[in-house]
Amino acid sequence: MTPSDYLSAALLLAGGLFFLAGTVGLLRFPDIYSRLHALTKADNVGLGLTVAGLAVQAESWAVAGKLLLIWALVLLAGASVSYLIAHGALQRGMRPWKR
Amino acid sequence: MSAALFYALAGTGLFSIGLHALLVHRHLLRKILAINVMGGGVFLVLAAMATRNDAALPDPVPHAMIITGIVVAVAATALALVLMLKLTTEAGHAVLPDGKDDNA
Amino acid sequence: MISGMLDIVLALALMGLAWGALASADLFKAIVLFIAFGLVMALVWVRLNAPDIALAEAAIGAGLTGALLLAAYAKLHAASPDTDVDNASRVRGIPFILISVLTLLLTAALGYAVWTLPSDGAGLGNDVAANLDRSGVSNPVTAVLLNFRGYDTLLEVMVLLLALLGAWSLGLSSPRREAAPGLVLDTLSRLLVPLLILVAAYLLWVGAHALGGAFQAGAVLAAAGVLMLLAGWRLPAALAALPLRLVLVAGPATFLLLAVITLLLEGRLLQFYPQWAGRLILFIETTATISIGATLIALFLGAPPNREDRQ
Repeated sequence: MTPSDYLSAALLLAGGLFFLAGTVGLLRFPDIYSRLHALTKADNVGLGLTVAGLAVQAESWAVAGKLLLIWALVLLAGASVSYLIAHGALQRGMRPWKR
Repeated sequence: MSAALFYALAGTGLFSIGLHALLVHRHLLRKILAINVMGGGVFLVLAAMATRNDAALPDPVPHAMIITGIVVAVAATALALVLMLKLTTEAGHAVLPDGKDDNA
Repeated sequence: MISGMLDIVLALALMGLAWGALASADLFKAIVLFIAFGLVMALVWVRLNAPDIALAEAAIGAGLTGALLLAAYAKLHAASPDTDVDNASRVRGIPFILISVLTLLLTAALGYAVWTLPSDGAGLGNDVAANLDRSGVSNPVTAVLLNFRGYDTLLEVMVLLLALLGAWSLGLSSPRREAAPGLVLDTLSRLLVPLLILVAAYLLWVGAHALGGAFQAGAVLAAAGVLMLLAGWRLPAALAALPLRLVLVAGPATFLLLAVITLLLEGRLLQFYPQWAGRLILFIETTATISIGATLIALFLGAPPNREDRQ
């Protein structure tokens, strides 16, 4: 395994860890707002690390650019949809969880 | 057991899960979901069989049939959903009449 | 070894998600699990070396079907708020046991049938590869879809149109237009829709020699349309009568016209001359993409655009 393979594996594992953390948060957090908060960690950082790990292995700059474009689009969609879900929940009267 | 055979068995499993749900549930939206799952199972069996000649260059004819199947499934699902909504506006709930409780 | 484990995990996840989607008590949860099922299916298609199907499944099977189901669920909830009657309306008792036993027997029979299939069959792959350079494109799946089995694709676009006709003829009214979509949804749709149209054009063009094709491109166009509809756009009333119908019919009509012309010229349905095949396929695919996108958007809306919900 070349050094770039090691780097790629490390980045992919780190991305996987963030996805795991996001999933645990999705399952365990008490209300919709904190669950959205956990999901964005998985979406932004987890996907970013995964994309970085894959971009290291890409055959050309064009492929790496497309991977980065995917990450940028997921960031955009994730942020907008999180706002829309939270706004919709607030309009339906769901209050944030208080201890 | 090759990967293709494994996925083909998974496809038959999906088909059976879908068939069971189709027969057991009476709510129409669940029936529509069940039919889609059954379709997915059938496509899986087709695609697994397509890798039989050479796993690196699978047979493109089943692939084309599956793409056709996916598009037809979405068209049928859309029509089924509109039919379900029409039944709901007429009958009040999205469950097929039982036949026993005729209240005409 | 690792890839074998990945296959096992994916297949188990697929069956678990299907079971969860169909056995869940809450209908909304069932729909969400079904969308996840579609996405895991897309991964399975990649594992089975079928990336064209993966694109189609992710766009159409998971994305568009999910949007249709959620829209129908919302209308169902608005029409009859007691959707929680669905768990009570399950078959119980003796019929349930009978159905379960029969399904298990059927599963065993099907599994045995699949297990005893011969493990290597030539299929049609060699025939397709041998004739690929006469088909006008170099992507084998596109060649099969639009040249070798063009008849099936012709009927498929007709089926889409037929489903739309059926949906329109039922007399439902389309959902009320979102009057104030809010800044985020508005900006999102303005940013994404041009990009989606570009991606659709790219998928259409590249389908001749790499992954892509008319159906995937049509699905991406449909996604753009659904996003615009959700952000409150509706087709202007002047365009909603004849121009809309022309756009919807353009794909099937071109395909049918070419079929008739080839029938008259060469005596066989949809037999293209090899030197014309590439251009004809691109022409059919372009009109088909626009029609497929428009049909899927219209199916999402559920009713003709000038028949809006008055209340």
